[in-house]
Order: sequence, then structure tokens, then C-alpha cells
Amino acid sequence: MKQPAYLANGIPLSLLAPGRRALVIRIDAGCGLVSRLTAMGLVPGTLVAVVSASGGPMIVSVLGSRLMLGRGMAAKVFVRELGYSAG
Amino acid sequence: MPNVGQGTKARAERDKVTVALGGNPNSGKTTIFNALTGARQHVGNYPGVTVEKRTGVCRHGDLSVQVVDLPGTYSLTAYSTEERIARSFLIDEKPDVVIDVVDASNLERNLYLAVQLIELGVPLVLALNMSDVARRRGIEFDLELLETLLGVPIVPTVGHTGVGVDDLLDAALAVANGERSVEPRQVQYGEEIECRLGELVAAIEHTAIGLNGVPRRWAALKLLEGDELVRAGVANADVLSTADVAAQRLEATLGDNPEALIAERRYGFISGACQEAVRSTVESRHSMSDQIDAIATNRVLGLPIFLGLMYAVFHLTFTLGGPPMEWIEAAFAWLGTTVSGWWSAGSESLLRSLLVDGVIGGVGGVLVFLPNILLLFLAIAILEDSGYMARAAFLMDRLMHKIGLHGKSFIPMLIGFGCSVPAIMATRTLESRRDRLTTMLVVPLMSCGARLPIYALIIPAFFPSAWHAPMLWLIYFIGIGLAVVCAKLLRATLFRGEAPPFVMELPPYRWPTFKSVLLHMWNRGGAYLKKAGTIILGISIVLWALQQWPTLPAAQVQEFAAQRAAITVGSDIPDETRLAAIEHAEAEAALEASLMGRIGRGLEPVLRPCGFDWKISTAMIGAFAAKEVFVSQLGIVYSLGQEQDEESTPLREKLQANYTPLQGFCIMLFCLISAPCMATIAITKRESNSWGWALFQLGGLTVLAFAATTIVYQAGRLLSVGVS
Repeated sequence: MKQPAYLANGIPLSLLAPGRRALVIRIDAGCGLVSRLTAMGLVPGTLVAVVSASGGPMIVSVLGSRLMLGRGMAAKVFVRELGYSAG
Repeated sequence: MPNVGQGTKARAERDKVTVALGGNPNSGKTTIFNALTGARQHVGNYPGVTVEKRTGVCRHGDLSVQVVDLPGTYSLTAYSTEERIARSFLIDEKPDVVIDVVDASNLERNLYLAVQLIELGVPLVLALNMSDVARRRGIEFDLELLETLLGVPIVPTVGHTGVGVDDLLDAALAVANGERSVEPRQVQYGEEIECRLGELVAAIEHTAIGLNGVPRRWAALKLLEGDELVRAGVANADVLSTADVAAQRLEATLGDNPEALIAERRYGFISGACQEAVRSTVESRHSMSDQIDAIATNRVLGLPIFLGLMYAVFHLTFTLGGPPMEWIEAAFAWLGTTVSGWWSAGSESLLRSLLVDGVIGGVGGVLVFLPNILLLFLAIAILEDSGYMARAAFLMDRLMHKIGLHGKSFIPMLIGFGCSVPAIMATRTLESRRDRLTTMLVVPLMSCGARLPIYALIIPAFFPSAWHAPMLWLIYFIGIGLAVVCAKLLRATLFRGEAPPFVMELPPYRWPTFKSVLLHMWNRGGAYLKKAGTIILGISIVLWALQQWPTLPAAQVQEFAAQRAAITVGSDIPDETRLAAIEHAEAEAALEASLMGRIGRGLEPVLRPCGFDWKISTAMIGAFAAKEVFVSQLGIVYSLGQEQDEESTPLREKLQANYTPLQGFCIMLFCLISAPCMATIAITKRESNSWGWALFQLGGLTVLAFAATTIVYQAGRLLSVGVS
């Protein structure tokens, strides 16, 4: 069974609950923002874990450091949650 | 391999070496800088430090080593000011060696910058800093292997204790002198990208553009990434079009823009190297920081804890600061008397008056607050160095967002409760100019320390003791409320636009070191002292001059002299109280005659709608320049002499006798909203780089103060509130 398209393209990081881990697929934003996030470790192919997500900015763990991401930002980072299987 | 450093031949002959320090924010770069130079700098844990270039000197044998601390950056793109500054320095100034300070417990992310430095072709040494933290977390490094994989010398260091710093300097100088050769490994970007890079390099060579010493491969990479600075620098239509075509081809073939592809490959290279040479033996999932954060950033507990901490900080500042403030007050009083004593009693010396009334009175009035201010800054420094401030920014972010600002804006506002001058300087950490200007403009509404004596004088004069604390809180909250409203207004009109993205690193909690906290506190306190010593001093002299001239007409002088004579002639022991009363009356008359008094009279019709008479208006002139002088000016106007302060009963009684509670409240309101002092305006000009914004701040606050006070006063009169 083929994976639904939305799963293949990833879901916004902002939708993940604390404790979940995911793989970054793509970042849907302007160059400046992408560059900023890249430099802090959020690149396609990196593992990201959600530490806290309670309405305001999220706290995530990337490459060993903790980052605070505004909700808007987190919504632009598309990830594939680990634990899902295709078909 | 082309190299941005100086020629080897030249090096051996020189006795001066330049070392540049680069690295991520929070990597401990500044601590290493301090360890190398012994210089006074502060360690900022919370969003970056200023974009100033800090330099220091250290000696190594015969060599004099100049160390430059570049701004902390995560990358070397053209997207942020800090990165541009760091990059320009490396390309234009060509330091002899660059030390990249890397956080060992966070290696992969930190190496992203290192890889870019390698590509830039600078002579490089890595400082594997915070290696103690890494060890504690169970991370082990095969340094030799890592050195081989990256092709760069690596020295483990512990910045806080200074361990490894000597070795680091040795290694750096060895590289600078050419004694140690460096063969950095270049990231291989895969066939497609390497092909395009090759084309671009050929195009660059062909057109023989001057590259100012940067490697052609680096320029080609930047052109592929679309770096605007490099594009502007190259400015050759052929090369640029080759780059554009190449980028399009890559996007078509590989499915993403070149910048993203290049970034991914970099991390891939880093990941590969780290997998070989770095081993994590212990899973540090529930580290101490996380456990603390579970509470500190907790949805329910976080904000109350934060508010509790803030309350504790302010409470401490006021209670602990009390005694030292009294000592300083006494010291200045003593100083005044001593200097006054240099002239024989009864003599009229302009210089004495200038020194005692103008300088010592004026500057003393400001310096008296130093303990209060320093304690506040000390508390803030502890919170920053421990890492808590980043969590506070996180907690405040939601609220700040509602007024169009960031969590980061909250620090300048907090500092503003002490003094607006360092608060406005603290807005440097805000990246967006819009955010920065908005915060700068509203920070003065956070009631600063200078206004406290005004409240301390007026509140007990007009309100029953049960109301004292609530009234004070009310004033503070009005200030905060107005700041919120103004910020929203500014963001909706002048500074419209989406709030810039909020991404900030949460560094692990750490025990602040005594030394760093003190340095941190002193940096901000220094700004306060400097303002006192320069602008306030100048203003005090000007105010003094305004009170001296024009002098009392000769006729009136004679009249007062006659009155004094009448008292002394009658008995052997002159009645001191009556003499003093005549002296004070003469002072009041002199004030009325002087320029200051005349301006006050002139202002009276303007300020009447606010409920102010000419005496308040006159005191306001001084207060306009610096709120610290309001109380003493009021004392002079009521012919009670210079020495009145907020505790003095005579002044309080005069106020009660002459004004209503409503007027008292309006005085406080006006002082709250209007600009705290000219130093604030001056610093706004400096930090915003424009007289326009500084004057807008001055004008805006003054108009707002006038409008608000008028409304309150007139409404109060209409509704007969507080007019008894």
C-alpha cells in the first residue's frame, strides 16, 4: 500500500507532541530563515526530538543542543515522525 | 592551495601576530578570549553579545599577540550582520591564524562553522572547548583521528579553568608562523555539484577577477549558493550568468536549491567524521538541565516561578540597596560641606556655588542610586550566566508576541527598571531593526530608579499609609501598560511587518562564576556611571547656570540685606531660624528672577491644563533634563534651600498645603511618562544611529506625558476626584 502523499512530504514539526522524534525532510521558508535553521542544525536528514510543546514556542533537541522555535517557525519545518511505517 | 593568511616569508620576520577567535554563541569563546588576554569582557549566555569587535593583547615569549574576538556566529552567510562582520574581518584583515572555539558537547552543530572556515581558506586551529562537560556526559574523542579527518589541529580546552589555553596558543602560533603545516580536508559535494563548481572556478579564472585572496573554490560555492555579497563583489555578468545556469541545473537534477544541497552535504561530511572519531558512552537523556527545565519551562509552574523570581530580585534590590545609598548620600553631603569650607564663610563665590550646588549636588543626586542599580544588574547577571534568562525569554515570548515583540525584548525592559541607558544598550541583542527600535522607544516607560524619590516624596504627602504600596504599584503598572499600548501602536503603524522568526538556543544550566557575574554587572553599571559623569554633569552645570543669571536686581538684594541686618542688630545672638528663613526667601526670589524662573513662568500657561503652577513647571525644567534633580529643584522653588530630599517633612508639608492629591498624582504621572533624562535620548541616538528616532522618542514621550496628564487632571477635576 502506497504511503499517502502527506506522509511522504512530512508533517509540520509544530504538530508533534513532546517526547516524539522525527527526521527533518524539508524546510519551507525563505533563504534567510532556512540558512538560520540550517546553521543551528535543522537540516534535512537530521534527527529532531520534541522536548516541550505547550502552546508557546517549542523546545526541540537537535544535534545535541536545545533550540527554542517559535510556533510559526516550527510549522515550516516538515518532518517524518519516526515509528510510522509505509504500507 | 591559495590561502588567506600572510606569506610565510613575511611571518618569520614579524614580531606581531594577529589571532582571530571565532565560534558559535555559547561555545565559551569569550571565556577563552578572557583567558588569553586577561581583558575585561563579559560572558553572555543569553542571545549573543554586542556586535562590537573586541580586541586584546597577550604576550608569548618575544611575540606580541593581538587577539580579536569575532562575533559569535553559527555560520558565515550574508544573512546576518554578525556573520557579515566576521566574514569581512577574515577576508579583509587576513589574521595570521583563526581559532575556532568549538563546544565539545555539541560538536556536530559547531563543526558547521569550522567547515566553512576551512573552505574560506583561513589558517585554522580548533579549540575543543568545554571538554570537561563532554567528558562528564560520557563523550569520548579520538583526537588524532579527528585531526586527520578534518585536516586541522585540534586542542582540547576548558575555558573556565584555563586548562589547555597555553597549548592552544602554542598551536595557533605554530600555524601562524608556518612551523606547523595545515592540510584541511575539503568537503566533497558529490559529482553534480563538483562539476558545476569546476565550471564556475574555470569561469572565474578566465575572467581574472580580483578576489582579495579568497580561494576560487569558496567564491564558486558562494556564487552557487546565491550569496549576495559575493555576487556583488564579483559583479561580472559572465560569471554570474554561469552561476545562475549552474544553480538551475542543480535544482532540476537534484530537486532542491543549491544552498540547501550544499548545507546537507556539509552536515553529511561532519556526521561522517564524528561517527568515526567521537563516541558517546553514556546516554545523557535525562541530564540535569532537562530536569530543571521540566519545572522552569513548565506550562503551569513556569510563569509563576518566573514572576516570583522577578519579585524577589526587585525586593532585594530595594532592601539591600538602602544602607549603601544612605552612605553615599552622606558622603556627598560631607564632600559638599568640605568643598564649601574652602571658601571663608559668608563669601559669595561663583566657583564655590558651581562646585557645590551644580556639580556635587547634580552628580551626587545621580550617583546616590548606584547601589540600587548595581544590585539589579548583579541579579540580572546571575540569571543570565546561569542560563535562566533564556528560559525567561521563552516564558515571556508568548506575552511579548501579543504586542508584536519577542521574548528577547524583555531583558532590556527589565534593565529599564534600573536605568534606561544600559537598557537601551541592551537592545543590541535584538536582531530585527524594527524590534530594536520599538523596544528602544518604549523602554523609558519602565519606571527607572531616578523617579523613585519623586514617588517617595509625593505619595506620603498626599495619600494615607494604607495606600502607599498600592499607589506605587499603580504607577509602575501604568508605565508597563503604556509601554504595551505604545509598542502595539508602533508595530501597527511605523514598524509594521511580521515579527521576525524566533529561534534561540537554550544553553545548558551552569553555575555562574563569581568573576564573570561581577564583570557582567560592571559592564552595565559602567554605562550608568558614564552617563552620570558626562551628560548629567553637563546638564547640572547648565541648570546651575540657568539659576545664577540674571541675578537679583540690586534693589531687592539691599532689601534682603536690610532684613538680615534688622535681626542681627537687635541682639548679640542672631536668631538663626529667622536668618535662615530670610536666606531662603532670597533664594526663592533669585530663582524667580533668573532665567530658570522665567522659563518656569513662561511654561506655566502651557502646563496649567496638567494642573501645574509655575513652581512645578520650574522644577520640571530640571526634571526634563534628569529626573534625579526634581526633588531638590522643588525644594529650591519652595525656598527651603538646596538640601531638601524626599524624606524632608517641610517640603512634604509645603506640598500638602499647596496642592491637591490629584495634582500630586499628575506630577507623578508626568514624571513617569516623560523622558527620564537627556542621557536616554543621547543613547537612543547612538544606538539607533539617527537623531530622527531620538527626537521622535523625546517628542513622543513629552506629548504623551502632556496628553495623559491633562486628561487625568481635567477628568479628575470634572469628577471631583482627589481635589480635597
